Amino acid sequence: MSKFSDFGNDLYTGKRSINFVGRRKVFYIIAVAMVALAVILPIARGGFNFGIEFRGGSEFRVTGVADSSQQIAVDAVHAVEPEANPLVTNVGTDGIRIQTEQLTDVKSEEVRVSLAKAYGVESGAVASSFIGANWGADVTGKALNGLLVFIALAAVLMALYFRTLKMSLAAIIALLHDLVITAGLYGALGFEVTPAAVIGFLTILGYSLYDTVVVFDKIRENTFEVEFSETSTFAEQVNYAINQTLVRSINTSVVAVLPVASILFIGATLLGAGTLRDIALALFIGIIVGTYSTIFIAAPLYSHLREGEAKYKKAAAKVVAAK
Amino acid sequence: MSESSVTKSARKRLTWLGALVVLLAGIIGLGTFTGAGATLAPKLALDLQGGTQIILAPLLEDGATVSEEQLAQAVEIIRQRVDATGVSEASIKTQGNSNIIVEIPGTPDESTLKLIRSSAKLEFRPVILASQGATAATDNSAATPAPAAPSAEPTDASDVNWVSKDIQAAYDALDCTTAFRQPGQVDDPTLPLVTCDTNGYEKYVLGPVEIEGANISDANAGTITTSTGASTNTWAVNLEFDSKGTEQFASVTGRLFPLTEPKNRFAVTLDGYVITAPTTNAVISNGSAQITGSFDRVSSKALADSLKYGSLPIGFEVQSQENISATLGSEQLSSGLLAGAIGLLLVIIYSVFQYRGLAVVTIGSLAVAAILVYLVITLLSWRQGYRLSLAGVAGLIVAIGITADSFIVYFERVRDELRDGRSLGAAVEQGWNRAIRTIIVSGSVSLLAAVVLYLLTVGNVRGFAFTLGLTTLVDLGVAMIFTHPILQLLAKVNFFSSGHPWSGFDAKNLGVTNYIGRGQFRTAKNVPATKAAQASKEAAKRQTIAERKAAEGSATAGESN
Repeated sequence: MSKFSDFGNDLYTGKRSINFVGRRKVFYIIAVAMVALAVILPIARGGFNFGIEFRGGSEFRVTGVADSSQQIAVDAVHAVEPEANPLVTNVGTDGIRIQTEQLTDVKSEEVRVSLAKAYGVESGAVASSFIGANWGADVTGKALNGLLVFIALAAVLMALYFRTLKMSLAAIIALLHDLVITAGLYGALGFEVTPAAVIGFLTILGYSLYDTVVVFDKIRENTFEVEFSETSTFAEQVNYAINQTLVRSINTSVVAVLPVASILFIGATLLGAGTLRDIALALFIGIIVGTYSTIFIAAPLYSHLREGEAKYKKAAAKVVAAK
Repeated sequence: MSESSVTKSARKRLTWLGALVVLLAGIIGLGTFTGAGATLAPKLALDLQGGTQIILAPLLEDGATVSEEQLAQAVEIIRQRVDATGVSEASIKTQGNSNIIVEIPGTPDESTLKLIRSSAKLEFRPVILASQGATAATDNSAATPAPAAPSAEPTDASDVNWVSKDIQAAYDALDCTTAFRQPGQVDDPTLPLVTCDTNGYEKYVLGPVEIEGANISDANAGTITTSTGASTNTWAVNLEFDSKGTEQFASVTGRLFPLTEPKNRFAVTLDGYVITAPTTNAVISNGSAQITGSFDRVSSKALADSLKYGSLPIGFEVQSQENISATLGSEQLSSGLLAGAIGLLLVIIYSVFQYRGLAVVTIGSLAVAAILVYLVITLLSWRQGYRLSLAGVAGLIVAIGITADSFIVYFERVRDELRDGRSLGAAVEQGWNRAIRTIIVSGSVSLLAAVVLYLLTVGNVRGFAFTLGLTTLVDLGVAMIFTHPILQLLAKVNFFSSGHPWSGFDAKNLGVTNYIGRGQFRTAKNVPATKAAQASKEAAKRQTIAERKAAEGSATAGESN
């Protein structure tokens, strides 16, 4: 504890300083490589693993089974529909999820009864659902629409608040980096893409920009009239701001990740595949990537965009000369 | 601001907060105990309490769109149908700008589901040809007085000239025992239709649509009364048309009445199937018809309901149907709550680790935020029909971290001010002035994301966006009327202001080695020279603009632009 607070103090006073802005080329290369991987790996794997909401089909969930063997489910489905190709997953300790091609109402009811009998549970413990193939696409289409509108509005909001378009630009490039990498991780590892995962994905938007704005606000404060300063350059002040807010960034992401991690853990162990796990997984990845990109991409990029401006360049030359 | 006025204003804000909580709780309590329909806990969405959710999408011919009025009318019709089946507490809403979402608690029976799903379009068409439903029986061509081929353009809806070779062939081949219609098939109302009745007993060639089901104003089942007013035991369905329907029905019956069997019959089709095809016994010009036949009480009521509610202005198809058992629902809820509890505990442990005594403020703020969110959600679930879904619960849990962040931003700012050598009281004020800007602007970004997602998306995304937006607002409010005033008051408490090692404001721990006392400035000693320059620059920044301009002016005379 005392070590961490010393670290915070040193960062604040400038006794210790990590050079984020100066090493930006390295971070750019890492970012480009990560984005490239995020695009290539999913393609190499054969695209995203879309959930039933995107493919369409029938789904059954059996809860409270004594014997969670998957073969029982396959046999029960085949007893009703020999042609079916059921996909069975275990959900938590006593749950089974069965996905099949789209079945007719009558068949689906028969499968429900058959599953209940096979697992020795009441038929009320078997939930059935049917999802049209365009349901997930419909949700996602609207979500993507929302994404574009949000990015445009957020860019305007930030440009108005910070009085510079370059902060908006840097923040949004970092945001796109987060989205591409999170999506790429989903594609590369073959995690199932469900509407719940799309929700988590969209929340990254809000979180990633939120985190960037907090750091940018400190940068705004530190670089205020830095062109009149004789002691430090624009880039130094940006770097100083990142360092000063570093403890905050770490604390914030830890505090944000803790509840998400607990949803992920509970979702994955107790509930298995489902809304909670899917939202939490996307968020878990997104928060970590979002915090990273604010520090390593958004802020150095902003400095890069602005330090070349005539007034800052002139001031920086003077500072260097004075040293 | 003098010390006492700070305390006073802090107490005032805390009082307002208390009043707000009492007011919200009071409204909910009053609504509950006076039986106005409020509940002490928020109502749960289907995925947490179990039930069936059906999402319907309109079936449109190419390029057509559905208007808001049409959708609202469709919702109204589905609601009437569901209510008529006796299912209570069903929720039928439009979602986005084209979908209808129907939620029914528990597991509804098959007939209720059918009634909701039937993408019903009720239409009246005249009968041109009719025969038994199975092909084998109609091989005897004598049963079908078929014209060889149309000789001229059809002149009215009952004209046999509608029966082209193709239609004749389709009619001959039709076997009512097979699934001859595509699910969700849309028929052109201006063309004849080859179809069967719902039981498959009879097959027909029907003329173009003459009356839309929407023109039926009422339908009910009852026993026939004789001319003397005595009630008989014969059941019938009474039908009332609106003014347009009355006119159309008068002209149809006027044309059909003189014709011979089967052309004196008109068929009522629901979703393309004939639900009834009575014979015209009179010209009916007053818009009030009676269908008689071999009805009993149940079958006459079923037909009357179909006629009354069967006329959706547009057809719908089921986009998804989800059935969640009550056990799965409660399991999801308890897992969600467990995850929330663990998450909260971890956040508390971490903030004790990081902020020591200040964690009390974090925990208090989170508790206040939780109480406010709970009250607002409960209130909304009563007044606005809000239902807490699993995605909403996830939104609430995620919000713990984001809410705690605004306190972290604030605490870090206060610590920064302490490191600059301010007294705790001054640091709390100065830190707040700086932090609140950051909290507001970053909160605005979160809120913007939530609002955009809420307005532009559907389904679960909305539930999630709603809780996220709500918690962001509550977070801003709590920071202003709880966290800040509490910190102002705590700054007066010796434990914190003396910088006790466990207060989180321990001067030594914050590296303020040369901290002298309240309001006393330090001079940097053990900091490297270049960094000291930076620190003095920090101090320079805190001068007023006029002071700094003057200093800069003398130093960089002639160069500043």
